[in-house]
Amino acid sequence: MTAPRVVVVGAGPAGVRAAQALVEAGVRPIVIDEGRRDGGQIYRRQPDGFTRTHAMLYGSEAAKAQALHHGFDALREHIDYRPETLAWNVTAGQLHTVHASSGETATLDFDALIVCAGATDRLMPVPGWNLAGCYSLGAAQIALKAQACAIGSRVVFMGSGPLLYLVAAQYLKAGATVEAVLDTSPAMPTLTALRGLLHRPRLLLRGLALMASLRLGGVKLMHAVAPLRIDGTPGGGVSGVVVRDARGAERAFACDAVGMGWHLRAETQLADLARCEFAFEPVSRQWLPRIDVCGRSSTPGVYLAGDGARILGADGAEAAGRLAALAALHDLDHARGRNLFASEQPALTRTLATMNRFREGLARAFPWPHAQAAALPSDAVVCRCEAVTAGELRRSVFELGSQEVNRAKAFSRVGMGRCQGRYCGHAAAEIVAAAAGVPVELVGRLRGQAPIKPLMMSTQEHE
Amino acid sequence: MNEVAQRSDVLIVGGGLMGTTTALFLRRHHGLSVTLLERELIGRQASGTNFGNVRRQGRALEQIPLANRARAVWGRVNELLGDDLEFVPYGHLRVCYTEAQAATLEQHVRDVQPLGLDLRMFSAEALRKRWGIFSDAVVAGSLSPLDGHANPRIAGPAFGRAAQRAGAHIHEHSEVAHIERDGAEFVAHTIDGRQYRAAQLLVTTGAWSARFAQAFGEPVPLDARGPQMGVTEPLPYAIGPSIGVSTPIETEGLYFRQIARGNIVFGGGLKGPALADAVRAYVKPDNTLRQLRELRRVVPAFANVQLIRVWSGIEGYTGDWVPVLGPSVRVPGLHYAFGFNGEGFAISPGVGEVMAELIATGRTSTSIEAFSIGRFAETLQDQPVAT
Amino acid sequence: MSKPLPPAGSGGRFVRLAETDRPALHLRIDGEPATALEGDTLLVALLTHGRRVRTSEFGDGSRAGFCLMGACQDCWVWDEAGQRLRACSTVITEGMTVRTTPPASLWPVTPDVAARERGEVLR
Repeated sequence: MTAPRVVVVGAGPAGVRAAQALVEAGVRPIVIDEGRRDGGQIYRRQPDGFTRTHAMLYGSEAAKAQALHHGFDALREHIDYRPETLAWNVTAGQLHTVHASSGETATLDFDALIVCAGATDRLMPVPGWNLAGCYSLGAAQIALKAQACAIGSRVVFMGSGPLLYLVAAQYLKAGATVEAVLDTSPAMPTLTALRGLLHRPRLLLRGLALMASLRLGGVKLMHAVAPLRIDGTPGGGVSGVVVRDARGAERAFACDAVGMGWHLRAETQLADLARCEFAFEPVSRQWLPRIDVCGRSSTPGVYLAGDGARILGADGAEAAGRLAALAALHDLDHARGRNLFASEQPALTRTLATMNRFREGLARAFPWPHAQAAALPSDAVVCRCEAVTAGELRRSVFELGSQEVNRAKAFSRVGMGRCQGRYCGHAAAEIVAAAAGVPVELVGRLRGQAPIKPLMMSTQEHE
Repeated sequence: MNEVAQRSDVLIVGGGLMGTTTALFLRRHHGLSVTLLERELIGRQASGTNFGNVRRQGRALEQIPLANRARAVWGRVNELLGDDLEFVPYGHLRVCYTEAQAATLEQHVRDVQPLGLDLRMFSAEALRKRWGIFSDAVVAGSLSPLDGHANPRIAGPAFGRAAQRAGAHIHEHSEVAHIERDGAEFVAHTIDGRQYRAAQLLVTTGAWSARFAQAFGEPVPLDARGPQMGVTEPLPYAIGPSIGVSTPIETEGLYFRQIARGNIVFGGGLKGPALADAVRAYVKPDNTLRQLRELRRVVPAFANVQLIRVWSGIEGYTGDWVPVLGPSVRVPGLHYAFGFNGEGFAISPGVGEVMAELIATGRTSTSIEAFSIGRFAETLQDQPVAT
Repeated sequence: MSKPLPPAGSGGRFVRLAETDRPALHLRIDGEPATALEGDTLLVALLTHGRRVRTSEFGDGSRAGFCLMGACQDCWVWDEAGQRLRACSTVITEGMTVRTTPPASLWPVTPDVAARERGEVLR
């Protein structure tokens, strides 16, 4: 048979391990990535000329990061690697790419597409989050990891999830001033959550250790807070954060930067354009593309792995990437791929099952604070791109009869901005559901439309 | 389910702009009782996904009286509906790349003048002076100063709400399985077993109308096609009229307009795949890239602008570029308004007025003979009726 | 190698914590000379020099980036020629010019609209 044409989107943990599996099986995949360097987000590589060691950058995960980076470096000559390349659209059997600086386009024919698009932070709007100086938790981490900067001179971290404590601890260690870490989740996880978390005891202990190091460092830690607002001015940006504490008292923290996030949100736009079916997942309260245990989507030839399909973290992404690649080769009747798949699939699926249980524990321990959306005051900006408020979104329900999020988008413009609903989509669905009095899964999800990210109109057709 | 049928004077099937405008005017102008059945949500299909042009310029001459009538409604539409449809009357400008096409534009200026439409020709120099955005490839243009554009996403729903406030019974999520004659009445059965009866029936189901026309013995060739639309990031507000490229070459076709918030909506050129049965339509990537090229060609400043979203929709095309509008030629009390070939938005309020008149009084003051469904009877009478 | 720069003072929003021993590069921000370090992204260069990256089109004030990973699209700026640059994913080069407000030439107001805004009637 002719060599199968396999395209991998994303050179983070999932994409790298997918590419590695393909190369081991004797296939030469195309690997595209929007960034300049491989590594994805969690193992983002610092620029040339920076001197910090892997241990300084990645802490307890240094060995894994190093292994991933070296692994990819070794792959380079065996793959067709295209950095700074964005997949802006996908049609049946074809991926449409554009180079970020040259604007050159290409159409890549594929027999199998392995999408490892990763994740972004998941954000719940807080009044004032559109002020200059408010960042996602991921942004705060990237500023430190990739540019050796703190996002401000006095930083408050707010939200929930393991990343909250990790970034705050990293900032403290690097010498930044961390005013407070404000967690919207209760101090004690539920028993169900705990049971899930205990599937990965090393990670659980690491989380507790991070909290301890923050306390030792004199950082104010609070649980079960309700964010009230981020103070500041349109010209000057952020000046403070106000929350309600667990006892109901208002607490204010002066700061010039806020790093905010509630765990992660899968980047599913390419899967959406590939016409993959989605299903609502009650545990994490979000729509996710349907996949089988090997990462097969509902679209033949399209495989999904890593945080872009299920937020399993870097370890899970590596296993999922390898498994999806082998499944793709198996499905293409590739002899070596079939052998590798047969021998490795049981162990890989077991690993992923364990990680999935941990994931569910995380979602329960650090829940998405959906009720905050319904409680947003009407002048709170929900869509940062278009400055659309909660009130305007509710108007689309009460006065214009929307009971579904795409309808609400058509009327209110929420999700019509440059980010295409990445940061407002989940909250918008919660607000529409609360206003319409229906369960959130009934209001649906914002439908993806091309281009995946804004496309310069100087982009040329290719020959 | 043996439900008691709801009865009204008029039953409208299809909740796009043709259906909702007719419902509104039946209530407001004629006081007839109206029930409208919409399969999914009001105004969501072609009515909500089109470009939003409100233009008379460039239409077939036989449509100009209807378009003039529509324009009169657009001019007071916010008052009429109590809603802002974002109608902007700053003109419709057509530009062209060849002297031959300029001659075509000039002929059109002459042709529409007796129909009450005053257009103005612009040389390349005059275009530069007034707009200054066009490349040297543009040789001439024609302006219809009182045409303009509006927001299609909100127009259909706004007409629907106004019709409802005026007493029309609007039912969403009400897909019609079949319609039959029962004596002097029409009876529509929804897929969940509800029944609705009326002495008169109007079919405004857009690209899905062929099966209803067929069921009443009046087959119509109807094709579903997807407009290829796109929108840019917000830009400083600079352009008032909606602008189109006038050309006989299909791949050069282009139109764009700037909304008050600053984004530029555009479309044109080849159509894309529209699957009426699956209710899905797609934008082909090569169409988008070609549109970007043509946009740069006509307005070079587009090169530094970002495209942030594309979309398509499902429009009905009749094959002869003429809509189907007016009474059935076989069944008394039955009427049609569909197949607007991607140009229905602008004339929809006129269609609504005219159909309301026709249904209520049996006559209309605006000539619509050219749009009669009867024209297909001759061509199809010798052909086997499709099942 | 140039001397390490002091951390950004009241001028900048971001604070340099390490890696300051890198060559300095020179750029122009809104026409003013500015310095940054080799390897900086444009976003870091802007936010060690000042406190904003751009202004929201919709009246809610300054923006200073948000996600730093090319997802939020909130950090698009312009060079003098009007070319668009996504600040968080653009690495600075010597002599770069950047604007935090769009040059007027990017999307000029047509005389038609300008006249209408002055209250003139054109036909």
